[in-house]
Amino acid sequence: MNASVISEVIAGVFILIGTLFILFSSFGIIRLPDVYTRSHAATKSTTLGVLCTLLGAFLYFWITDGYISIRLLLGIFFVFLTAPVAGHLICRAAYVTNVEIVRDTAKQRPKAEREH
Amino acid sequence: MKSNDVMLHTLTRVVTFIILAFSVYLFFAGHNNPGGGFIGGLMTASALLLMYLGFDMKSMKKALPFNYTSMIAVGLLIAIATGVSSMLFGYPFLTQFFEYYQIPILGETELTTALPFDLGVYLVVVAIALTIILTIAEDDA
Repeated sequence: MNASVISEVIAGVFILIGTLFILFSSFGIIRLPDVYTRSHAATKSTTLGVLCTLLGAFLYFWITDGYISIRLLLGIFFVFLTAPVAGHLICRAAYVTNVEIVRDTAKQRPKAEREH
Repeated sequence: MKSNDVMLHTLTRVVTFIILAFSVYLFFAGHNNPGGGFIGGLMTASALLLMYLGFDMKSMKKALPFNYTSMIAVGLLIAIATGVSSMLFGYPFLTQFFEYYQIPILGETELTTALPFDLGVYLVVVAIALTIILTIAEDDA
């Protein structure tokens, strides 16, 4: 196996893992019952999927061309930083506007922010 | 209800630097790579807009005391001045010059008169995008 085949295998494995995570996340968005559980599925596994895909692309260009793409590293850092906060803000907006919670978790709902 | 936006504020403080740095990179990369004044200006405008979203109007006015309307004029003046400066040497309007210089840190660098023209485009794009959005956004001013 020469270098380009190895790089294709490594990058392919990363990109496959990434796309699988994004696929699981979309199943989660379809199947889960309310906004909060859906956001749980959408935020975490999509972030990990995008990170794996970008890491695969980064490794591919690093091994085959010897090109270290700062933009891909910056993109990984940026998505890792912003996606959870976006999920947090969407969930909080849903909570403050009294969006329905699925019944199993409704008992543990904190009262502080609900009464306004 | 008093809202507590610690997450958004902290994220804005960190992420704005990344977006601004990337917009400057895009602005300077525009000659040989994808990028340029337009996309760099839009990205700067989006970074500033994120700060406007995270913080309130009053503290942003204190942090960035720019008049965006006069920024449009400055950008247009810079673009016109680069065009006219080639006329001063007897060439047609907007003729481009470039030369290679030895610059201490960067080494051999190509400096062109397309860069100040692009700076004009950049300033106009930033100012127009922010003017449009802020004019629509503020209802009591």
